[in-house]
Amino acid sequence: MAHQILSTPLADAPMPENRFKIILGMLWRDKFAFTATIILLVTILSAILGPWLFGDAAIVMNLRARNAPPFDLSRGFAFILGGDSLGRSILARIALASQTTMLIAAATVFCSLVAGTVLGLVAGYRGGLLGEAIMRVTDIIMSFPSLLMALVILYVFSPAISNVIIVLAITRIPLYLRTTRAEVMEVRTRMFVVAAEVTGASTFRLVFKHILPIIAPTLLTIMTLDFAFVMLAEASLSFLGLGVQAPDVTWGAMVAEGRAYLSKAWWLSFWPGLAIALVTMSLNLLSNWLRIATDPLQRWRLEKPETQNV
Amino acid sequence: MGSYLSKRAVWSGISLFLLVVMVFFMARLTGSPADLYLPIDAPNSMREEFARLHGFDQPVLVQFFTFLRGLVMLDFGESLRQNRPALALVLEAMPTTLLLAFYSIAIALIVAVVTGALAAWRPNSIFDRIATLLSLIGASLPNFWIAIVGVLVFAVGLEWLPTSGTGSVAQWILPVAVLAIRPCGLIVQIARSSMISVLSAAYVKTARAKGAKSRRIIFVHALRNAMLPVITVAGDQAAGIINGAVIVETIFGFPGIGKLMIDSITYRDFAVIQAGVMVTAIAIFMLNVVIDIAYAILDPRIRMN
Amino acid sequence: MSDNKIMPDGAILDVANLSVEFHARNTVTKAVRDVSWSIRSGETLAILGESGSGKSVSASAVMGLIDSPPGFVTGGTIHYRSRDLLGMAAEERRAISGKKIAMIFQDPLSHLNPVYPIGWQIAEVMRIHGMEAGDARRRALDLLERVGIPNAAARAGSYPHEFSGGQRQRVMIAMAIALKPDLLIADEPTTALDVTVQAQILRLLRQLQKEESMALLLITHDLGVVAEIADRMIVMKDGEVVETGDVAEVYRNPRHAYTRQLLAAVPGQEPFRPEVERSEVLIKATALKKTYLLSSNAPPLNAMDNVSFELRKGETLGIVGESGSGKTTLAKTLLRLNIPDSGSVTYRGKDIFSLKGDDLFDYRRRLQVVFQDPTASLNPRMSIFDIISEPWAIHKGVKPKQEWAAAVRDLLTQVGLKPEHAKRYPHQFSGGQRQRIAIARALALKPEVILCDEAVSALDVSVQAQVIALLKDLQEKLGLSYIFIAHDLPLVRDFADRVIVMRKGQIVEQGFTSAIFTAPADPYTRELIAASPEPDPAVHRSRTQPAANMEAHA
Repeated sequence: MAHQILSTPLADAPMPENRFKIILGMLWRDKFAFTATIILLVTILSAILGPWLFGDAAIVMNLRARNAPPFDLSRGFAFILGGDSLGRSILARIALASQTTMLIAAATVFCSLVAGTVLGLVAGYRGGLLGEAIMRVTDIIMSFPSLLMALVILYVFSPAISNVIIVLAITRIPLYLRTTRAEVMEVRTRMFVVAAEVTGASTFRLVFKHILPIIAPTLLTIMTLDFAFVMLAEASLSFLGLGVQAPDVTWGAMVAEGRAYLSKAWWLSFWPGLAIALVTMSLNLLSNWLRIATDPLQRWRLEKPETQNV
Repeated sequence: MGSYLSKRAVWSGISLFLLVVMVFFMARLTGSPADLYLPIDAPNSMREEFARLHGFDQPVLVQFFTFLRGLVMLDFGESLRQNRPALALVLEAMPTTLLLAFYSIAIALIVAVVTGALAAWRPNSIFDRIATLLSLIGASLPNFWIAIVGVLVFAVGLEWLPTSGTGSVAQWILPVAVLAIRPCGLIVQIARSSMISVLSAAYVKTARAKGAKSRRIIFVHALRNAMLPVITVAGDQAAGIINGAVIVETIFGFPGIGKLMIDSITYRDFAVIQAGVMVTAIAIFMLNVVIDIAYAILDPRIRMN
Repeated sequence: MSDNKIMPDGAILDVANLSVEFHARNTVTKAVRDVSWSIRSGETLAILGESGSGKSVSASAVMGLIDSPPGFVTGGTIHYRSRDLLGMAAEERRAISGKKIAMIFQDPLSHLNPVYPIGWQIAEVMRIHGMEAGDARRRALDLLERVGIPNAAARAGSYPHEFSGGQRQRVMIAMAIALKPDLLIADEPTTALDVTVQAQILRLLRQLQKEESMALLLITHDLGVVAEIADRMIVMKDGEVVETGDVAEVYRNPRHAYTRQLLAAVPGQEPFRPEVERSEVLIKATALKKTYLLSSNAPPLNAMDNVSFELRKGETLGIVGESGSGKTTLAKTLLRLNIPDSGSVTYRGKDIFSLKGDDLFDYRRRLQVVFQDPTASLNPRMSIFDIISEPWAIHKGVKPKQEWAAAVRDLLTQVGLKPEHAKRYPHQFSGGQRQRIAIARALALKPEVILCDEAVSALDVSVQAQVIALLKDLQEKLGLSYIFIAHDLPLVRDFADRVIVMRKGQIVEQGFTSAIFTAPADPYTRELIAASPEPDPAVHRSRTQPAANMEAHA
């Protein structure tokens, strides 16, 4: 009963006039998500502006700054986080590494998202033998010990950036595929899809006009979460020496480089690790926010301050 | 149940076979192990001798059939590095990894379910907010970084715990803690949201109408229903630990399957890589069966199918 | 706290000036405003209201089931045998819930815990209130027998999903009467059930009430159910009580305008439609058969078996049946959503299953559909304009794009909405309005036939009447033919020219509505008509009890 009353529609609610403003407002309501967005923006900016900001401080070796301790401004702002074992600025290197780190994660998520969604749509909408075959292959991929396989594959095919992306993307496809399939199977039985179908709507129209818009928010939420997961996976591979190789550098590789100096210069590993942690955490927070913001039943939590202290 | 298990076993058998085939051929693509095991200036005769001894002079297909024949007898061949049967090496390393995974998941599960259930009971309370934030942090930290920081603080700085080895209980504390943190964070989130949705279920209302106490409602009526998604995530995480213990084992010098694998990959120890991947896959298969059985025990609706 | 309050004469429960609010977003809903009622030992009181009337809120308050937040009791008292339920400690109140006051709900499947056997769940209520485990188990078996679950000892270990809807409600009832409560609250106890099952459950409730001499508080939207079972009634609207009184008195002589309106909206009161022989056949179904294999060890399910009928131009063909009758399968077949195992359907002489390309497109245009749940049948992410104009986007060439806006406005006006509604989204409308939108969409292609699949079943009685009036009006103006699928007999009685009665995939009877309702030939039709609650207490009390032998097989 209570729910009936709560969901009684506001028949005269005004239509949203400015989408962007509303989204911004909803972000502001969730302070964690807001902070997370800022962290992510800063990371993206540093990936773009890093080389311009720090010049070649990330590459030029400076033997006097070897393992320079952090918070010492005598060598300039670039060395605020200290210097690495070759005397390069850690801050500049973190900015440089963010490019490769983000590139790998974004490319991986994009590839697995596209492949997984398309295959999931086919498996969920058409079903049949093709759908069954897709699901079986997925089961097989999922039953592999993925990290071990990735290690073996990268060892075989040399650990180049493109190989890292391919290997990671393959292991992530099942996530999107299974989610899409399950959602499609549920959504396609909904009455508005059936209504369009019996009016004669084409498969293309059903999928792109009625089904995909409904499942897009779920995929977006998963994507954000998965971006963090892929970053961690790439970092693990790089940490084990089978991810990207010098002169390319990612945060994971930086942690690995610094490991040898752990007892003498902790900051070599600590800062890049912290960068990974902050970004993954931000992605998790943002994904949480997205889940609420895209759910019509929960969105009100972010919409307007409540009149009563409920 | 029986037909379900046999169907499952057949599919897993097929995927295991594909896996073995893949690993076998990929391993052969890495180049001759002779380069690694013989001195750089070894004469050709020595190389040929080495290849003949290990069968590397045969065509790849012949090698493959020899390998398959051995497989039927559970013979994965000899380790090049240690001159011992590969399977024996793997089976020696496996228990360490399995124990590591078991302790980590058990601890993560208990801590996370209790925390998640309590957080769900009063959503948006202080406890809930703190638990949610901590779980998010826990789920976001890269475990090699936690391991390094852990070593830095507890072993190097405070000198409370040893840095490596498996001999004493103290040596297990850091690795288990490192492995438990991420699963724990994830499970808290799942347990909390699952519990919140279950607590608003109609049957919880019925239980209240019966006059049941809060404790009874949470632990008898809600928890069992809320456990299904939790079990799924815990299972994924356990599988993740079994195949991802490499990092923690490397950092802490744990003689588990991960360490064995990474060493074998660097030394092109084909037989051990093949046996290792195979045994790990079997372990994950068994884990999935255990999860399905847990499902069936928890939910009678699943038992029917 | 006002303990030892003097209760109204003979009352065991007294609700006085109760107000409850629900807080959400920036709105406060006053769900119940200053509501007072009391119930005497052994009597049956019905609270009647449509959705949003607040009819269940006071009952939830009695049981302490209002979640706070978002719900708050802002005023009033609830006394049980002179003790204030709202003021007492949680512990004390728990001792009353389930023992002295028990409750059953609509949708028993979701109200039973899916992971415990039903025997355990019945025994639980006794164990919570201090009975020893063995005794509780034995008594649970007795109770199962008592509510008419055959073979109780074997069934006690089964889980809720293994029972039918009617049996689950019996299990809920067993749970509720376990400790011989003074008061049983039944919140829409038969709403989701078939009419014949509903009749059995109501009979069971009445019988148990008599034997246990407990009071029964019945919350319902169904005037027929009230007439069938209640002594006194309260009518609620928008959180307020608008009428109270003896059931027979209220029905004969309603004082409040809303009550009169409700009584007038009850279907089944109009004269039958005249028997007109129409000759132009639109749809002809011949010997349709469809079998589903549910599992390898269960016998195949006959969803349609030898189903033959004709739809003539300009008529309304009613198809009635309970769940499992095959009426949904038939609808899907007509819409070409599934293909029958054998038999044929022709539209103006053409076999619809061999239609291809333009012919199929043409059939899709001629036959439109309105589904049961108006919320689910409108895409939540499309505006009303997009929804209504979609048929034209699909059937290109029917209407040039520049005419869409004007046409959508016309259609909205035609179904009784405002042109400016086109900009809004489905969630901004009420259930009845959404169904009007669905009808507008169905009209967009100027169809000949509209298939109404339980099109008004989810709506309140008064809204139901309005939508039916709209459908009739459109039929007159546009010469539409309807296939009207429903489980509600009185609706079909008013609206259909001819009726088909289905059961277990077969047509048991078909003919003119007046003939079917006044002289049903098949025993099942008779049972169905008898089971349908009669919204007139006078008729009901004089009626003999039919089909008593059907007990407990639901």
